[in-house]
Amino acid sequence: MIGLGLVLLVVGLFIAANSGGGHGEAAHGAAEAGHHTAGWGQRLLANLWLNNVYLTGIAVVGVLFVAIQYVAYAGWSVLIKRVPEALGSYLLVGGIIMLLVFILPIIFTGHNTLLHWTDHSLHEVGNPNYDPIIAGKSGYLNITFFTIRLVAYFALWYMFFKWMRRESMAEDLNGGLNHYNKSIRLGATFLVVFGVTSSMSAWDWVLSIDTHWFSTMFGWYVFASWWVSGLAAVTLTVIILKQMGYMKMVTSNHLHDLGKFVFGFSIFWTYIWFSQFMLYWYANIPEEAIYFMERLGGNNNHYTWIFFFNLVINFAFPFLVLMTRDAKRQMIMLKIVCIAILIGHWFDFYLMIMPGTMRGESGFGLIEIGTALTFLGTFLLVFTKELSKASLVPVNHPFLEESIHHHV
Amino acid sequence: MTSKKYILGVFEDEDVLLNAIEKTRAAGTKIYDVFSPYPIHGIDDVLGIQRSRLPIVAFFCGLCGTSFALWMQIYMLGFDWPMIIGGKPHVALPSFIPVTFELTVLFAAFGMVITFFIISGLRPTLKVPVMDVRSTDDKYVMAIELKEGTDISKLNDLLRSNGAVEVNQKEVVK
Repeated sequence: MIGLGLVLLVVGLFIAANSGGGHGEAAHGAAEAGHHTAGWGQRLLANLWLNNVYLTGIAVVGVLFVAIQYVAYAGWSVLIKRVPEALGSYLLVGGIIMLLVFILPIIFTGHNTLLHWTDHSLHEVGNPNYDPIIAGKSGYLNITFFTIRLVAYFALWYMFFKWMRRESMAEDLNGGLNHYNKSIRLGATFLVVFGVTSSMSAWDWVLSIDTHWFSTMFGWYVFASWWVSGLAAVTLTVIILKQMGYMKMVTSNHLHDLGKFVFGFSIFWTYIWFSQFMLYWYANIPEEAIYFMERLGGNNNHYTWIFFFNLVINFAFPFLVLMTRDAKRQMIMLKIVCIAILIGHWFDFYLMIMPGTMRGESGFGLIEIGTALTFLGTFLLVFTKELSKASLVPVNHPFLEESIHHHV
Repeated sequence: MTSKKYILGVFEDEDVLLNAIEKTRAAGTKIYDVFSPYPIHGIDDVLGIQRSRLPIVAFFCGLCGTSFALWMQIYMLGFDWPMIIGGKPHVALPSFIPVTFELTVLFAAFGMVITFFIISGLRPTLKVPVMDVRSTDDKYVMAIELKEGTDISKLNDLLRSNGAVEVNQKEVVK
């Protein structure tokens, strides 16, 4: 797995470097034509932001998954627990990248073009750029508070990841119920923390791109997207590990449960998606509908195909394919669906982030693939390194025996 | 009035019972049914009971519900009595989705329940033979239908050698 991660990383960097070259040419061409483009800097920034938000979500969902299993006294998941447990290791990297991508443009140019509201001239009364709506939100959306929140989310998430991981490792050595009970308390606390921070981080990182627009569903929407991608990532890792000869005790019964999770929550995501869409569509108030206008039909139909592709790959495909019991118990079907969901939700975030930052100019070229591969490589490297630090089977977990005999 | 005779093997332990079921079936004896106070894990596999095909029924009933709901709304609101609601087109698909979803669930659920009643013959007049009242308390009862020419003593030996504490006979009038 580490090898795979490294190879992907190298390939990604190579492509990113190449596309950097291609970029200059494209920028030249644009300059010659006298066109105003959003520029490659903005495009790179938007891509960094997109991939980092997406992978951070998957990482934090790993921690959440473990927390939920503890709080629910779940037995079935013990054998696969080490996979989501290790996912959280990306949080440190993710936090640093997120902070840098946010703060560096502000230090150098005064404001971050990704997040429109960071431009301070918008808040000054009398300035020609003055925007009363954004100024009215400046109590929450200001650079200092945003930075504090950003650091706080990552600090909290990473701390809980470390704590739960430490308890789990200590349990391998010492056995007994102490570590288990402590993990339950940690898990319950994390659920409370995550309940607040997941919504708030979604407002901060994704919703605030479209500063004027607002949606009370948005925290849930981003969470649903993160959660189902996280589940797909866990399932995919388990299958790959099993096919590589690890995790011999994981049977089709465990896969069945993971499959049900993926199946159920891709429907949940659709439910949230539709709840948000339908209310705006029905009320048809300009300041609200503009969000969907930009994505569906607006920007010269730039995003229309992604809008429908998003629904097909994240709802129709998993729904129809994973419907039968056999499909959830077979590795090949689950694998295909999990990969589709992971790609699909990347596009979901693309659709959330790109229209607000790139308008109709976003592309899908080498820079997108390069950045995505680089991030994926880094993610896999950090994740597999963490995964290899501990036994894949939590040998002293009190429910280990139950998980081995799990049968559905 | 037809009556059927059954040989009842009474067991006191779940694991002994599961083992006995396997041995009895391996010996070529057809088991009519097994009665237990609670659902026993894994007994379906041992008894050779096939997985239910009810999910297939659910899928097709759901499909009927979806098509019915869509047809109903499109026909009624789009063609039979077109009305402008909220300035939307007559056939406005997003507003049809909630009803479509509900009818899909309703059709699937009702279809499944009705199919289940029909297949399993559950009706108000159904008489359920209680083989041994103790199977609702603390005993496990394996019933084997007694056909003409069945060797009772051989069956008796088979059951007892596999851990049955009692072997009884029961006649059920239908």
